[in-house]
Amino acid sequence: MKASAFSYARATSVANALELLVAYGDKAKVLSGGQSLIPAMNLRLISPELIVDIGEITELRGIAVRGGALRVGALTRHVDLLRSPEIAAYAPLLTEAIAHVAHPAIRNRGTLGGSLAHADPAAELPASMVALNATIVVRGQARERRIAARDFFTGIYETALSAQELLIGVELPIAQKSSAHFFHEFARRHGDYAIAGLAAQAIVRDGLFTGLRTAFFAVGDRPILAKAAERLVSVAITFVVLSEASAALGEELDPQDDQQASASMRRHLAKRLLVRCASALLGRPDLTAGGPV
Amino acid sequence: MPISLEVNGERVDAHILPRLNLADFLREHLKLTGTHVGCEHGVCGACTVRVNGEIVRSCLMLAVQTHGASVVTIEGLSDSGEIADLQAAFRDRNALQCGFCTPGMLMAAQDLLKHQTEPDRERIREHLSGNYCRCTGYQAIIDAVETTARARRGRRP
Repeated sequence: MKASAFSYARATSVANALELLVAYGDKAKVLSGGQSLIPAMNLRLISPELIVDIGEITELRGIAVRGGALRVGALTRHVDLLRSPEIAAYAPLLTEAIAHVAHPAIRNRGTLGGSLAHADPAAELPASMVALNATIVVRGQARERRIAARDFFTGIYETALSAQELLIGVELPIAQKSSAHFFHEFARRHGDYAIAGLAAQAIVRDGLFTGLRTAFFAVGDRPILAKAAERLVSVAITFVVLSEASAALGEELDPQDDQQASASMRRHLAKRLLVRCASALLGRPDLTAGGPV
Repeated sequence: MPISLEVNGERVDAHILPRLNLADFLREHLKLTGTHVGCEHGVCGACTVRVNGEIVRSCLMLAVQTHGASVVTIEGLSDSGEIADLQAAFRDRNALQCGFCTPGMLMAAQDLLKHQTEPDRERIREHLSGNYCRCTGYQAIIDAVETTARARRGRRP
């Protein structure tokens, strides 16, 4: 199908984009890479009156290390994240996650800010932001807001971003020396949205987790920072401890049924992911051997 | 809206509606019908073209976004001779039947071969994972790309 008719404005600056967003409110949609917006428009799931194209605002593109944080502009493309030595060094979880985002032709256009503002609950980048404890920076005409990633995603395609605000970029804490990460997803085809997935960032010292943030995706209406994983922090991990945490995760999650998978299958896959994650990060293949989960 | 861009090395000026996507602009306005339109939401890969040297889905790009850009379609790629060997390998190995996916496949395959001289089958498979083919079962396509990569390595000084 084709998109219905709309007006088009090429924003010349952030201030100019914000003027347009204030004037049109929720009748306007921001066009960044267009890899989620245009399909939705072609399928007529949405029909905005005005498209505000921010593609030319070059100040929103780029990756920089400043003040102990990694700052990534909203217009930074997936392909730039994938190839960035700064991301590979300071947020390697993201380098791994991005390889699972769609296909090369889509990664050449899709942007970080676009993916986060779109907030597909099965997408890799929102979950990675939650695992990495990222701060999402949004700007309105009056002020700039800094929102923790776990508070930013509020539902299916819903975020804390208002119709009058623009997502400017994200700030990521720099990975520490003892940081470790895990990323895995189950999908029908490489590059498809996940049936269930996990992005995890951990601190491992002397065979123990001293920190563990596990963000599950495609198993809820938003990325889920699992409370169950806290059971694995600062304790010696045995098969029993891990089984209990995995059972608690199953209780905590409330996945949806759809044509790709049933809720119980998603729950099962999420539990397997937690076990694999702990096993991989601690270098303990014994933890995945046998057992009901 | 007025746009001005380069398509297959030639300057093009046009007046278009914002809702027109790049694939339809190429097909309907410029009559470059080698770019195929399948799913129209970025899943099938049949509409793959190059914009500023990088492959993109032309169904997911508005034509107005290509103002000032350089676009290369399968016609340009084919006429320049850049992929003559790849096209021959596709023919030799029966890597196409109905041909609907082929322009997009060639675009994506050439993109891989430009960036990587020794891709293994897994890498080829991954790079083409965004392009659907409903005829061949993919094996012959992977074969053709692998053969081309090998032949090009042999020709390097």
